[in-house]
Amino acid sequence: MADTSDQIPERIPIDLVVNGARRTLEIAPWTTLLDALRDRLELTGTKKGCDHGQCGACTVLVDGRRVNSCLTLAIMRDGAEITTIEGLAKDGALHPLQQAFIDHDAFQCGYCTPGQICSAAGLLAEGRARDADEIRELMSGNLCRCGAYPNIVAAIEQAMSRS
Amino acid sequence: MNNFQYSRASDVADAIRLLAADPAAKLIAGGTNLIDLMKENVERPSRLVDISRLPLRDIEETADGGLRIGALVPNSDLAYHPLIEQRYPLLASAILAGASAQLRNMASVGGNLMQRTRCAYFYDTTTPCNKRSPDTGCSAIDGLNRNHAILGTSRSCIATNPSDMSVALAALGALVHIAGGNGERTVALTDFHRLPDDKPHVDTNLGSGEIITAIELPPRGFARNYSYLKVRDRLSYAFALVSVAAALELEGNAIGEARLALGGVAHKPWRKLDAEAALRGQAATPDHFGRAADLLLQGASARSQNGFKIELARRAVVRTLMQAANATPQSQAHKKIA
Repeated sequence: MADTSDQIPERIPIDLVVNGARRTLEIAPWTTLLDALRDRLELTGTKKGCDHGQCGACTVLVDGRRVNSCLTLAIMRDGAEITTIEGLAKDGALHPLQQAFIDHDAFQCGYCTPGQICSAAGLLAEGRARDADEIRELMSGNLCRCGAYPNIVAAIEQAMSRS
Repeated sequence: MNNFQYSRASDVADAIRLLAADPAAKLIAGGTNLIDLMKENVERPSRLVDISRLPLRDIEETADGGLRIGALVPNSDLAYHPLIEQRYPLLASAILAGASAQLRNMASVGGNLMQRTRCAYFYDTTTPCNKRSPDTGCSAIDGLNRNHAILGTSRSCIATNPSDMSVALAALGALVHIAGGNGERTVALTDFHRLPDDKPHVDTNLGSGEIITAIELPPRGFARNYSYLKVRDRLSYAFALVSVAAALELEGNAIGEARLALGGVAHKPWRKLDAEAALRGQAATPDHFGRAADLLLQGASARSQNGFKIELARRAVVRTLMQAANATPQSQAHKKIA
């Protein structure tokens, strides 16, 4: 039976599995996943850029799929597995995309980089990009105001060829 | 964002009941448009009814050889589904022309049909807008209207429907399955969205307390001769200035069946049966395609900044029909227009 009370609840308990660890928190329904990650779980690697789904800086993986965490409510992701930039390195070794971004100097200010890398991880898992044009198209949800695009594409091509 | 109550619907009937109990409640699935509008204070629901966990995610073949697509299938899953890629590539192409990979992963099929206009005045709560606040006036008619509609407009509203998916669905003759307090009903996609007339705040013919449960595709998929061409200000991740969905069945060079719909030009996907009828039995030539474009664009009218769309649409129709006839559909990754 769904809740039909008139009381507006400000603290609803939810469970998230964030970077492999189960986290329980109490949140208001209007808390976005992005704000829950940054402000409640102190995982500030995920960035708030436009907060409207236009820049991609907030991209994380939810149950393995890349999404804009600014446009999803944390309460709707109750029970989900979330991977952020903090969860990509394993046992002290950088994720191949992190290493490729370093190898290709695929950033300048770095603000968009966590979102770029999480988005690229989603892109690799989807397996739909086969050439540079397709990488560009399928990464078009991630803006880089510094204009590091050529090196971002090169970094993803490197990680793609080695995965 | 306003504070609101949150309910997770246990099934479709529960969602309908929750909507009926609270006229200011809204359904939420992918949330990509609704949460954005809530952040802008354009939408202020008293309650969100979360339907994202309902079992409406199947893509099934129908008895007549078509497909029934659950309303909660994510846009990306639909575009990449083998049956869509093989039988309805026009739909796959249109979906991939829209939004970004992240948004397509989140957005549902039903939510795509419900997304609201991207008119800047609709988003700007400091300006009059009949769609946002009925009877306050339209700021676009004598304002910044470069992106706005050229067909089916009214004195109240010149906003466009932003969906790419709906343009392909209109051309394919899709049906929308709806459930509500009075049972189930089915409407043609082309009758689902409204023209603005004097009620631009009402985007669709979905009744209050109703929910989209599925989209149905008829058997004809036009998998050989089709194209979706989207013309926009940047190459990716932008709304259409003009988009065209074209599909043909050819017998030699003669047109058997033709389908044609426009996006970015009206308050709903723009399809006119007389434009398609004029193509049947004709040779697939630019002259005949131009005549169909003229019929499709009959009655087009511009405001101060969007006059270019009329000729752009005409040329885009001819180009897209040529791509369809030549079986060289527009790629959504390799952007050169063939």
